Amino acid sequence: MKLLTHNMLTSHVKGVTKGYPLLIKATEVKVNQLDFNPQFVSRMIPKLEWGALVQAAEDLGYRQDLPGELIADYEQNEEFLKKVHRVLLEVEVMEGCLKCPESGREFPITKGIPNMLLNEDDA
Amino acid sequence: MATPCSSSRLRYLIHLAHDNVDFRLPEIKALLALRGKPFHPCENFNEQSPFWCLEGLSEEDVRSVMARSVCAKSAFELWGHGQTDGNLRSSLLNYPPQSMSPFMHKDSTYRINVYTFNKTLQFQDRIKKIDALDYLPFEGTVSLKTPQHIFCLLEDYGTDPNNIPEDPNYIYFGRWIADGQRELIRTHSVKNRHFIGNTSMDAGLSLIMTNHAKVKENDLIFDPFVGTGSLLVACSHFGAYVCGTDIDYNTIHGKGRSSRKNQKWRGPDENIRANLRQYGTEKMFVDVMVSDASKPVWRNAALFDAIITDPPYGIRESTRKTGSYKENTKLPDCTYVESHVPVSQAYHLSDIFTDLLNFSAHHLVLGGRLVYWLPIYRPEYCDEMVPVHPCLQIISNCEQMLSSQTSRRLITMEKVKEPEESDIIAHLSDPHFSAYQGHNAFREKYFSGLNKRCGKEDTKYFNKN
Repeated sequence: MKLLTHNMLTSHVKGVTKGYPLLIKATEVKVNQLDFNPQFVSRMIPKLEWGALVQAAEDLGYRQDLPGELIADYEQNEEFLKKVHRVLLEVEVMEGCLKCPESGREFPITKGIPNMLLNEDDA
Repeated sequence: MATPCSSSRLRYLIHLAHDNVDFRLPEIKALLALRGKPFHPCENFNEQSPFWCLEGLSEEDVRSVMARSVCAKSAFELWGHGQTDGNLRSSLLNYPPQSMSPFMHKDSTYRINVYTFNKTLQFQDRIKKIDALDYLPFEGTVSLKTPQHIFCLLEDYGTDPNNIPEDPNYIYFGRWIADGQRELIRTHSVKNRHFIGNTSMDAGLSLIMTNHAKVKENDLIFDPFVGTGSLLVACSHFGAYVCGTDIDYNTIHGKGRSSRKNQKWRGPDENIRANLRQYGTEKMFVDVMVSDASKPVWRNAALFDAIITDPPYGIRESTRKTGSYKENTKLPDCTYVESHVPVSQAYHLSDIFTDLLNFSAHHLVLGGRLVYWLPIYRPEYCDEMVPVHPCLQIISNCEQMLSSQTSRRLITMEKVKEPEESDIIAHLSDPHFSAYQGHNAFREKYFSGLNKRCGKEDTKYFNKN
């Protein structure tokens, strides 16, 4: 699971009102070298919940020195975009789980793939 | 098309493949829309014809359409046309010489092709047709192998193979500009694909869906019923980043029985990511997840540029979602184990489409497109049965026949406004929509249609995919 995906996911456990962002409990994290694409990263940034991305990167130890607030004029800042590229697309949680911040329900991640299915009693 | 073209407005001729006929016009329109160009056919436009004459375009526009189209075979700058050789001649002689000369001067090399639709000509007849063009001021040298310019004489003998006329109904002459992407249908064929399932979408239709959805470079595309990821393969080919979900744990993890003949179990690396790797687009892979399309796992925001999917209809894949009919089913212990398979229940077709449209209204960017297949029991079909949503405008609706009684329709919708509280789908009360209510309603009709006419051919069709 890439942090781009994590940024878009929320808990859907029944009755939960504050299910975002999901907490990451990782036991294995991998970094894949991937072609840097400044256009795509620039396009994604306005769609992101910036705080959640920085927190997730921090939790996994890959924050680099990304600021807590999104900077202005990021389209021109290649160094910044490269760091965002790294946390969005290169850092991958291979094993671990996603935890609902309110209910504590955990969604396992195996072989890099989250399983978001709920048991019948939480759905 | 009797009047010759005026010098100021170039016309382009597009030669289309004569299959998936219903899907061609929406494809070309969508690809032109990607360039911000309208579809402007010349007079006497006939959608069923393999030759379309368009105006109001630049050569660059035409090239960019051909760089994407799987419905179009080739495109030409149209120099002349007519119903007879005489009409063609006067039309060609009317074409401004200054527009011809850059491609005909004495230092250039060229060749002339003859293409006939619905008729096969003998070699010597083709040569005669070329010789008959001697009124054109060709000054260059013929080069059959490496010409700088290729010209083509295209003759249309109608579309009825049982009634082929002696002389063509219509003749075109033009300068070849570009070929379409028909080759991708072969290179991306599921026959040679690493990871496939029982219902993998064929390569041609996957690419057509991608084009109908106006997928472009750096888009983010989502498939909520991803299966083995055929649609993600097509989208990634055109430079989009892709993600998908499926309720089936085994499919997403590439486990379980193989869909291939002579192979019992799936290999260790049979998965969607490996499929993208096979075509050199693994860098476009974002993620796939095990998830239930009926559950809100995505944060409520306009995240996706397009949503492209082939929902299960309950024919070859079951329709299901998590949940139970029983009230209060408690597991003995509240531990969440990876191996636990939640109880699944039937997912009514009408709910699948309601959820899909609602999801798209919330998660598509404005102007983003939803492209999906709707199964049809033909004797009862009417256009009003296609689900509607106040935020989604229907762009196209193309039929693919599956049997005499059943078909599926490729529905393309575009998000035209952000959803408000009041925009809940109201059509469920619509009697037209009842065809999809009740879990097995479509399935029962499908099989009743099959049984009426011994059905062997129909099942063969599904197996082909």
